[in-house]
Amino acid sequence: MIEFLKRLFGQQGSSATAKERLRLVLMTDHLELAPEMIEAMKRDLVELISRYVEVDRERIEVNFERQDRTLAMLANIPILGVNRPNGNGAVTHEAPKPQPEPVATVAAPPSDSKPPVRKRKRRKKSQRARTQLPSTA
Amino acid sequence: MSARTIVVTSGKGGVGKTTTTANLGATLAKRGRRVVLIDADIGLRNLDLVLGLEKRIVFDLVEVAEGRCQLRQALIKDKRFDSLSILPAAQTREKDAITPEQFAGIVEQAADVSDYVLIDSPAGIETGFRNAVAGANEAIVVTTPEVSAIRDADRVVGKIAAAGKPIRLIVNRLRPEMVRSGDMLSVDDVCDVLSVELLGIVPDDEEVIDTTNRGEPIVLNESNRLRAIYDKVARRLEGELVPFTSFDNQTFFGRLIGAMKAG
Repeated sequence: MIEFLKRLFGQQGSSATAKERLRLVLMTDHLELAPEMIEAMKRDLVELISRYVEVDRERIEVNFERQDRTLAMLANIPILGVNRPNGNGAVTHEAPKPQPEPVATVAAPPSDSKPPVRKRKRRKKSQRARTQLPSTA
Repeated sequence: MSARTIVVTSGKGGVGKTTTTANLGATLAKRGRRVVLIDADIGLRNLDLVLGLEKRIVFDLVEVAEGRCQLRQALIKDKRFDSLSILPAAQTREKDAITPEQFAGIVEQAADVSDYVLIDSPAGIETGFRNAVAGANEAIVVTTPEVSAIRDADRVVGKIAAAGKPIRLIVNRLRPEMVRSGDMLSVDDVCDVLSVELLGIVPDDEEVIDTTNRGEPIVLNESNRLRAIYDKVARRLEGELVPFTSFDNQTFFGRLIGAMKAG
């Protein structure tokens, strides 16, 4: 009965799991297939970070790891020292800028997408209650 | 070279490459096109068997490649259609019995006498697959809505795309009732994951087993729905804009039916 209601109210069967697993595995496959891309990414990353700090280019490690439902890039970049701004304040001025942006974009999708999901769940409960009444009576 | 040369491939075995090649070829021939089907699966030939032409083989692909006979001597005409013939693979040779250049040369010859050359690729991503792809200008990737088939399809899509050839997708053996109940990936899901243009959706049909047993392409069976479905695929291949039949609407009633069936 619970299975029936789950399906009736759109709770996904295994197809949602399949899609999620595929997405992840294909992402990993693609990364493995494109080592040049990883190299290019590493290069760009180092270049970006070097604008602010002096890094040990020889000991940089970049790895990809599966973490629950996502793929994570883990970069270990040893820092040798801090780059002083060249007097005009360009670096210190730029530095805080990129920070708030990624935080905002990461935070935005969940706060945007979660409320409708919650709403749907609530509706499901009330409907389930109604549909259960006749069957138990 | 006048014909379009299209490789039918999948990565994973058993998803329906040969059946797709046979039925699509037969449909194109029914539409009046001159079609040559080439079985590129050396050592594991089956296209002849699926089409019921296994008793008529005289020469094969490798013999043509080695110059032991002319292409036209090796081509078997399918008498049920006016303009369909097949070039069988060699059954007792190794996969590397033919070079990519030899294979491409044969495809080119076949293209001179036809409108469509469909190449039935072997499964996998080794020599046979590479030959089959090298000989074609376009590709049809066949997959089923299963994780393993899709992952393998993604591999071959990557390889064909790297060769700069256009790719289109056929989602084979879809079971709409399972999609509706959420137990099978939908066509949208598959396209989403693979990001390849869709060419056709072919539902699972038990009758295919029966007609294959007899060596008849299913599209010869006038009462079977797949006949109309392959016709749509062929028309899309020819550039017509044919709307897709929706098999997997996740409507409330769809779910209700799915839930009742599953429950």
